[in-house]
Amino acid sequence: MIAYIMCFILFLVGLYGVITRRNLVKIAVSLSIMEISTFLFFALVGYIDGGVAPIVDPANPAKIYVDPLPQALVLTAIVIGLATTAMLMAVIIRLYRKYGTFDIREIKNLRG
Amino acid sequence: MNPLIPLFVVIPLAGAFLIMIIGRFIEEFNKYFTSLVLLFLTCISFYFLFITGENIFVYKVGGWEPINSVPIGIYMVMDGFTVIVVCIINLIGFLSAIYSISYIKRYTAGNYFYALFCLMIGGMNGVVLSGDLFNIFVFLEISVISSYALVAFGVESNELEASFKYQILGGLASFLILFGIGFIYWETKTLNIADIKQAFSSGYNKTTYLFIQILILSGFGLKAAIIPFHAWLPDAHSSAPSPISAMLSGIFIKAVGIYVIIRLFFNMFAVSEGMAVLITTLGTISMVIGVFLAIGQWDIKRLLAYHSISQMGYVVMSVGIGMILLSRGAKSEIVSLAIAGGLFHLINHAAFKGLLFLNAGAIEYTTGTRNLKEMGGLAKSMPVTSATSFIASMSISGVPPFNGFFSKLIIIIAAIMAKFYLLAALAVLVSIITLASFLKFQRYAFFNKSANPKNQNIREVPFPMVFSMVILSIICILLSLLVIPEIRHTILSPAIDVLTDHLKYSNSILVQ
Repeated sequence: MIAYIMCFILFLVGLYGVITRRNLVKIAVSLSIMEISTFLFFALVGYIDGGVAPIVDPANPAKIYVDPLPQALVLTAIVIGLATTAMLMAVIIRLYRKYGTFDIREIKNLRG
Repeated sequence: MNPLIPLFVVIPLAGAFLIMIIGRFIEEFNKYFTSLVLLFLTCISFYFLFITGENIFVYKVGGWEPINSVPIGIYMVMDGFTVIVVCIINLIGFLSAIYSISYIKRYTAGNYFYALFCLMIGGMNGVVLSGDLFNIFVFLEISVISSYALVAFGVESNELEASFKYQILGGLASFLILFGIGFIYWETKTLNIADIKQAFSSGYNKTTYLFIQILILSGFGLKAAIIPFHAWLPDAHSSAPSPISAMLSGIFIKAVGIYVIIRLFFNMFAVSEGMAVLITTLGTISMVIGVFLAIGQWDIKRLLAYHSISQMGYVVMSVGIGMILLSRGAKSEIVSLAIAGGLFHLINHAAFKGLLFLNAGAIEYTTGTRNLKEMGGLAKSMPVTSATSFIASMSISGVPPFNGFFSKLIIIIAAIMAKFYLLAALAVLVSIITLASFLKFQRYAFFNKSANPKNQNIREVPFPMVFSMVILSIICILLSLLVIPEIRHTILSPAIDVLTDHLKYSNSILVQ
């Protein structure tokens, strides 16, 4: 249970960072922390205490295996996370070229 | 197994790939190829509209049959509700692609634009057709990432800022959704929507169940820009190139937001009164606040974007009323009337909001400004744009005989029959304020005397743009035919049946 709570705390750390940080890159990093906590949660969901890697052993079929599906899901989600982070970083670099700063308080053309 | 179903995803994805490779060598390939792809998809989506009816088609990707009646493969599902949304996605996509042929000359890098456009269409089709939760997430990310790029396509400071905001909030929404999917998998050990329904109906942990519902609602609510989650929408939709704004506002928020909320809360979770009241409240709040935020805007595209929030509020409210009645076990005529109103308004909104954004794009194309105060007198120089935008404005503000009037009428009648008098009154009030706001748009853009000397020698936009706008305005008028009970019955009833009969969806998928 403690692992789940730690995972949730990691999510909240990321959320805190997204809300309070003023630097664009730090916001992106906080978003990545949230992402990692979600992946960790998936890995925990598939874990079974005392389980082994899910390769069927014909000699001893009664073994307990960990659930392989969440691992597959996490791999997919990591690739997606890579794409979102790359996209975010590309936009941040462009923003830096336009404004010459990473401070979010100075980037506020759009209001109302 | 209908072999045509996966084409909705495969063709746009392959199209994006081919555009990037062949478009490099052959100029103008991208424009016509994208239009051709979308035309083909529109044709097969309308073919499905005719053959689907009460059927539910299932396509098992890779041919993985269920083992001991437990689905193990990826399912793509086409039913009465899906087919409506697929039709509007591909139709509006096709018209936007035609419109882009001229409009995209403002930008460089046409290949990237069209490749992202195809990716977005493929992602949305995938979300709508997917029968399991994780694929909904994957396709959602495909369409959302391409929409991030398209919002920032102008790479000016405003576009980049809007895209940044959109990405932060969109990323947050994605993680909420992913968390929700993780919890669902934890509870049920399956990802197939039909199978999850079966697992939930044989008992669940109440606290976790509520937590999952909140996670899913807030995640997809962020994508659909329902009011407490709306902050990104006006920036993102007004900064994108106009055909993309038409796509984002017209279909994107429906396909990845409203559609998934309706599908999951009717067909996956058991309909509960508490959740239904929450959804109705959120819908009503976005309906009322959206229009008040819209009324003070002078930037046309921001004004239209705020109206999208308000009009989506109508859809959510109406469907929510249906949910409340369904959970109370009320008469099925009122339930189906409320849901029919919501779906009808969803279809109508795709037509008229798409058209309005294309009009705004045409105005921006000729005058080079989006500020209403700098326009004026365009009615004479741009007659087609003026006439089509008049039709769209009257549709959105609910003036008979245009389509918006009938869907709002059905929503209001359903609210009165369900004895929600306050909601009916608010719907009428919001409609009146919408009318006022669009009269302002018409007056300042088209009928005022122009103070700006630059507006003297303006001509009508090129043919492809005119073509899209005229077709959409004809659709706006034709859609009001849906109010005739026979036509409504053939098109909307299969969707309503799938939504209200809470076991039909999961049972008929699991036996196939």
